[in-house]
Amino acid sequence: MSRYSAFAIAKNAFSYHQGWERAWAKPEIKKEYDVVIVGAGGHGLATAYHLGKNYGITNIAIIEKGWLGGGNTGRNTTIIRSNYLQDPSAAIYEKARSLYETMSQDLNYNVMFSPRGVMMLAQTEAEIRGYKRTAHANKLQGVKTEYIGPQKVKELCPIIELSGPRFPVLGALWQPRGGTARHDAVAWGYARACSDMGMDIIQQCEVTAVTQNNGKVTGLQTTKGSLKCKKLGIVVAGNSGHLANMAGFRLPLESVSLQALVSEPIKPCMDVVVMANTVHGYMSQSDKGEMVIGGGTDGFNNYTQRGSFHHLEETVRALIETFPMVSRLKMLRHWGGIVDVTGDRSPIISKTPLKGCFINCGWGTGGFKAIPGSGWAMAELMAKDEQIGLAAEFGLNRFQEGRFIDESVAAGVAH
Amino acid sequence: MLNLTCPNCGITADETDLHCDGQAHIARSGINANDDELENYLFMRDNPKGVHFERWRHIYGCGKWFNAARCTTTLEVFGTYSAQTFTPPKALINKIKKKRPNWEGFTK
Repeated sequence: MSRYSAFAIAKNAFSYHQGWERAWAKPEIKKEYDVVIVGAGGHGLATAYHLGKNYGITNIAIIEKGWLGGGNTGRNTTIIRSNYLQDPSAAIYEKARSLYETMSQDLNYNVMFSPRGVMMLAQTEAEIRGYKRTAHANKLQGVKTEYIGPQKVKELCPIIELSGPRFPVLGALWQPRGGTARHDAVAWGYARACSDMGMDIIQQCEVTAVTQNNGKVTGLQTTKGSLKCKKLGIVVAGNSGHLANMAGFRLPLESVSLQALVSEPIKPCMDVVVMANTVHGYMSQSDKGEMVIGGGTDGFNNYTQRGSFHHLEETVRALIETFPMVSRLKMLRHWGGIVDVTGDRSPIISKTPLKGCFINCGWGTGGFKAIPGSGWAMAELMAKDEQIGLAAEFGLNRFQEGRFIDESVAAGVAH
Repeated sequence: MLNLTCPNCGITADETDLHCDGQAHIARSGINANDDELENYLFMRDNPKGVHFERWRHIYGCGKWFNAARCTTTLEVFGTYSAQTFTPPKALINKIKKKRPNWEGFTK
């Protein structure tokens, strides 16, 4: 792999930029691998990357039904933060956030991480109490956040309307090192690094069956033939239930559609990320100038990658009160992603009843920010075959043991 | 917009008048249930990619519960029926089988 640098750009300019090599290889599928990861989204690629980088396991295939990063990795609102209430969540999300800080250098790929700060608005009395509590918890966890008053909110985000009337801004939980990153670049950067380590990324290859023998996984049947593997990692977000069904176990998940939309590009007007959880709306401005707006989830099981229109209406209706200037904006695109939601709104990074098969799912509405941390934890789980480290608390057994990592209370809503 | 006909009051309402409450026909585990059974009852869900039987409530209408059979990949509604039953009506199952020949059928 040739390194990307300012020097490389200058050198390639002499050949009219015709000489750049492919960012990642397009290999034929082999018959046998040590590890197969199903799902070449952010989490799957990060898992493969850390298996290679942290544990030296590189005989890996990453199988993808569609195209690389074409699921939720390319459909989110790119917000990165780690201001969670519960210790296990704060640990894994803060690990992820810290890995984002150096990701561009680590991968030699510009993921445009922009730690511009994330502000979660408190618009009810209950939210003030909740966020103050989170700020205290974060202090103990070593996550840098603070609770700020309305004047500081206005200072950080001048286009905000504080007085309401329906949803006055009473304060906010402020994480200065949160921010955004270029979501596609995260997938592409990982793919390039994985390919460089000799891993095979197989796109447009759908898994049709999981083969097993004596309760141990032996391989996969796919639309590009069958292959053997010693270990299998299922990292397929919304389709987890479907894959688990093939592997012969059930999951405490339901798949729903989560929507987002972007406006026409405008001049820079907002250099922080603002989340308003009471009204299910969050907004940031992309580098292109579009206002990126995230909404709420549908109330019913859905695999269609599109959501109900009235949810968008609710989100926008609330946002124009908090950001009156948005009311004159035209919306350019809107889309939906299928998110897999668990009962306690926390992910599952776990061994499964099938030996040698591991699952990473349940990130629900907040998976993008966790990508590097999730890959780090999943790689440790798969390499050591032990529920330890960052993944320790995220096992499937927590539901039976009543040991929830209850972020639905902490975040209130979609997070 | 998803439209469902409430079998209780006969009104065809769109999803803003209704509330979905997840998978239908989940049998409550008894007082002697072991950990596995209780976990299954409380948390595990079929979450199928395809035909799904689910509970709905006509919240901004008659207020009553009913069940619906719906496809989660196309949002096609196969039919709605009374919530006072342990299994979907035979006629509805036959109708779904005709439309989805590869469907494995209703399993409990």
